[in-house]
Amino acid sequence: MANVEFIAPTSPEQATAALLAGGAGARPLGGGTDLLVQLRSGRLPAGLIVDLKRIPQAIGIRQEGGGFVIGAATPGVALGEHRALGLAWPGVVEAANLIGSTQVQGRASMAGNVCNASPAADSVPALVAARATCLIVGPSGRRTAPVESIAVSPGRTSLAPGEFVLEINLPPRPPRAGDAYLRSIPRTEMDIAVVGVGVSLTLDASGLITDARVALGAVAPTVLLVPTAGAALIGTRGDEAAMAALDDAARAACNPISDKRGTVEYRTKIAGVLARRAAAIAYGRAEKRV
Amino acid sequence: MSKRQHISAVVNGDPVDFLTEPGATLLDALRDDLGLTGTKEGCGSGDCGACSVMLDGRLVCSCLVLAVEAEGRRVETIEGMSDGSTLHPLQRKFLEHAALQCGFCTPGLLVAAKALLDVNPDPTESEARYWLAGNLCRCTGYDKVIRAVMDAAAELRQVRV
Repeated sequence: MANVEFIAPTSPEQATAALLAGGAGARPLGGGTDLLVQLRSGRLPAGLIVDLKRIPQAIGIRQEGGGFVIGAATPGVALGEHRALGLAWPGVVEAANLIGSTQVQGRASMAGNVCNASPAADSVPALVAARATCLIVGPSGRRTAPVESIAVSPGRTSLAPGEFVLEINLPPRPPRAGDAYLRSIPRTEMDIAVVGVGVSLTLDASGLITDARVALGAVAPTVLLVPTAGAALIGTRGDEAAMAALDDAARAACNPISDKRGTVEYRTKIAGVLARRAAAIAYGRAEKRV
Repeated sequence: MSKRQHISAVVNGDPVDFLTEPGATLLDALRDDLGLTGTKEGCGSGDCGACSVMLDGRLVCSCLVLAVEAEGRRVETIEGMSDGSTLHPLQRKFLEHAALQCGFCTPGLLVAAKALLDVNPDPTESEARYWLAGNLCRCTGYDKVIRAVMDAAAELRQVRV
């Protein structure tokens, strides 16, 4: 990687100033498992790398206001080690931990996964289902945005020049709430999702679903939040009729491409199947979290 | 030309200083600046694990770490694994089980396997296979590698008792 410049600021404001000064070639660095590969291959032009890992807020997991704050550069392995996070948001943690090898987990971050803007990003459907938000720092200050608003097309984000994600926030988790993420890959490990589905559910004391969020990955140019799929579950106990309606809604939302990893028909059918299975797992987890 | 940066780090317990280009990887610095050529470059894109090292106690691909990121960090490589001329049990078991042929993946496999046994001294075969899924070997078919790792784990558990 010739002609790249590197800076490791220690405050969010310094990072924003550096990104702004660096212009179009400036990139924030979290774990680097996408960025460094893209720079080396020439897919991204050489420019200024702004390492976020020396900014204290960008590293680690904090419990705040009943929810969780996850620093943008926190590696996947740290998510898997955090017991309280795994109990509250098992679907988010399993989605993030599916990405790559043990070595990749030592570096790769969820914020990087969000900002790389791949439609097949594993952690993103789980984060969207979880109503996760991003704390964005930029030249005009700070703002909060839903995870689903970050990617606008493959590889492109809604972040303005100088802006970067500092934290991912997961909201407080009520009792009787559970989430799950499932993906389809032709192997058992080390592959990119052909379809990914995140589901988050909340039940009342009688087991009726009072809140449901369903998000699909790898079936459209960006990860999709599918409100009709969530609506199919609300007011039910996840019985067969509700699952069939979920399946229909998930398939109806799909707008995939055919490529070497899966056809339009296959991706669409599997999106419905995985939505059912993920909803069943999330429901079982919600029943146990009293 | 980018400006070279001065980096101080601790490699295998020894303080080291080197000058590096901002675009150089930790793998480049280990091999070319520090002469630690045990760490190998396979793919250069984080897929094969031949460049596995420990960075502040985490298993990483050194091809996906910039050398400048190592400032103030702790790095452990294959060169730090044996105790002088006494091989680590994993190294010995790799030899006993013939868990290598060309040997190019071996340093990465050993570093990754040691990281596994440090956090999980009694892994199942399935856990070992998943943990090592990011270390590609085109010679052995993995079976002898897994047997060596399981055997070394058993021996290390005996030592601990």
